[in-house]
Amino acid sequence: MRVAEAWRVALDALRANRLRSLLTMLGVVIGVAAVVALVAIGTGTKEQIERQVEGLGSNLLIVVPGRLQAGAAPTSSPLTLDDVDAVTRVVGDRARVAVTINSGETVRAGSRTGFASMQGVLETTPTVFVRRLNRGTYLTRTDVSTGRRVAVLGDGLSRQLFGDRDPIGRQITIGGVRFRVIGTFEPLGQSLGVDRDGEVHVPVTAAQRLLGTERIDGLAIRAPDRERIDQLSTAVVAALTERHPDTDFSAVTQEQILGVLGDILGVLTGVLAAIAGISLLVGGVGVSNIMLVSVRERTKEIGLRKAVGARPRDIGVQFLLEAVLLTTTGGVLGMLLGGGSALLVDRLSPVPAALTWWSMALAFGVSAAVGIIFGVVPAQRAGRLDPVVALRTE
Amino acid sequence: MSASGSAPAIVADNVSRTYELDGVSVPALRGVSLTVEPGDYVAIVGTSGSGKSTLMHLLGGLDRPTGGTLLIGGRDVARLTPNELAELRNTTIGFVFQSFHLLARTTAQDNVGLPLVYRGIGRRERRERATAMLQRVGLAHRTTHRPNQMSGGEQQRVAIARALVTGPSVLLADEPTGNLDSATGQSVLALLESLNDDGVAVVLVTHDREVADRARRQIVMKDGLISASR
Repeated sequence: MRVAEAWRVALDALRANRLRSLLTMLGVVIGVAAVVALVAIGTGTKEQIERQVEGLGSNLLIVVPGRLQAGAAPTSSPLTLDDVDAVTRVVGDRARVAVTINSGETVRAGSRTGFASMQGVLETTPTVFVRRLNRGTYLTRTDVSTGRRVAVLGDGLSRQLFGDRDPIGRQITIGGVRFRVIGTFEPLGQSLGVDRDGEVHVPVTAAQRLLGTERIDGLAIRAPDRERIDQLSTAVVAALTERHPDTDFSAVTQEQILGVLGDILGVLTGVLAAIAGISLLVGGVGVSNIMLVSVRERTKEIGLRKAVGARPRDIGVQFLLEAVLLTTTGGVLGMLLGGGSALLVDRLSPVPAALTWWSMALAFGVSAAVGIIFGVVPAQRAGRLDPVVALRTE
Repeated sequence: MSASGSAPAIVADNVSRTYELDGVSVPALRGVSLTVEPGDYVAIVGTSGSGKSTLMHLLGGLDRPTGGTLLIGGRDVARLTPNELAELRNTTIGFVFQSFHLLARTTAQDNVGLPLVYRGIGRRERRERATAMLQRVGLAHRTTHRPNQMSGGEQQRVAIARALVTGPSVLLADEPTGNLDSATGQSVLALLESLNDDGVAVVLVTHDREVADRARRQIVMKDGLISASR
């Protein structure tokens, strides 16, 4: 039997039982749609996080005290500005080294109050990270060396304290100490779940005085190029270990952060897809079931086809194609439904979704495979029917 | 492929068929010898349970004997694979059943063209040949009708056209008039006889004496054996 003919016969058979075919297909439609939509959401989330991490800057190396390991005890930082000087000597360019000491503080402007993440930083922050101002100026080296009480507000914090008024030159208090606003940041949104628009940057020296400490929490280095990151990482950690032999230091790159996050999200997406895959499996069982019913219903037809010369294989192929047609049609509908749902979710909710060709191809391939796997038993049964018995069946 | 010249279309030599039912052997045929010559017109008669249906299934290559030798178109059925047997049915045998066995939802011409599907012949040629065959059985005006739009007699003519479309050497008809009123039955028999006049061997299975009497020879089955032959 020609393949085109076999398809035509399969299509006719499905058309003859429209409602039954549709209901059987529905199981596959839902399964495929779930896989496509969930993979799209997983992928979208991953891409968003990657954009956020990459948006921090390029070729970054983040150095913190302690081990970056699950279950490692938190380490109180022994780092001071003297260590930063030592690191700067290793790096050879002050503009490539940023530091931070941060603390949650209450911020007041007149009668308005907000809660902000105060970041004590060097004037180098904008040259290490991507951080743009929309008003005023950033901290200067003099501000840092003299511990001047000046502040640059995040966009959200600025709006909270001053509404639409220009905050430049106005007074605020951070933890009860007066600061003068000299600039505001462009809105940045969230990075890895942290609201970056609620930050206030002040000179690290001013922050240390406010908090009554000499420490800094960590530092970040922007390497001149990707190839130098590893070498810099080793040199910086060595310099710090020499100064603080009792403390472990960890240096992580953006790639490592992305790698870890990517792994976690990959597993998460995989688990979601597997759960959705179970519904696809259930759909496949439904297909198998209906095909067995179909074989029984058409036993006489099978007997006749065999009598006029159909080989066992011809009959088997006919029923297998019917199952495959059922599941692949369901697969295409499921792809449209899942893809449509993902786009709607992306458009209408904060959850990001990104359609990928591979998830569509996978879903289609799996639905075809489901048709083959769950169609084989009914098809074999049909192919092996004894024509004498089949013709006698009423 | 088909038997050449005057070689017999079907030769059964001491053929038996035993069914295994729940571990018990039930003999349906107990050694039957029979030859169907090209252009033959044979009626197989007998009561129900006499083995005549079993014999017809064997003669048509739908079933295999459990003993003896059966040659269809000169080929030993016992040596053929299921695929080869299917091919043999397609090329050598035409079946006509009591209950017509037409595919519902399928037009007369596509029903008639069905055996050609398994020869890998394209749809256009199948329809041409089917239409010609429907003309031969007097249904040129019914080509696009479906079985439920036709009378019983017309349906049986479609079934006969289907049996003939592959140009078989033997037409096996199992109670072809069983579901028809006597007038319609007569015309179907007349059709089979005219086909026989054209050279196709016809083997009729019937329990109807009147039908059997029209055949050139009769084989009477009883208890799985040929009890009489005239």
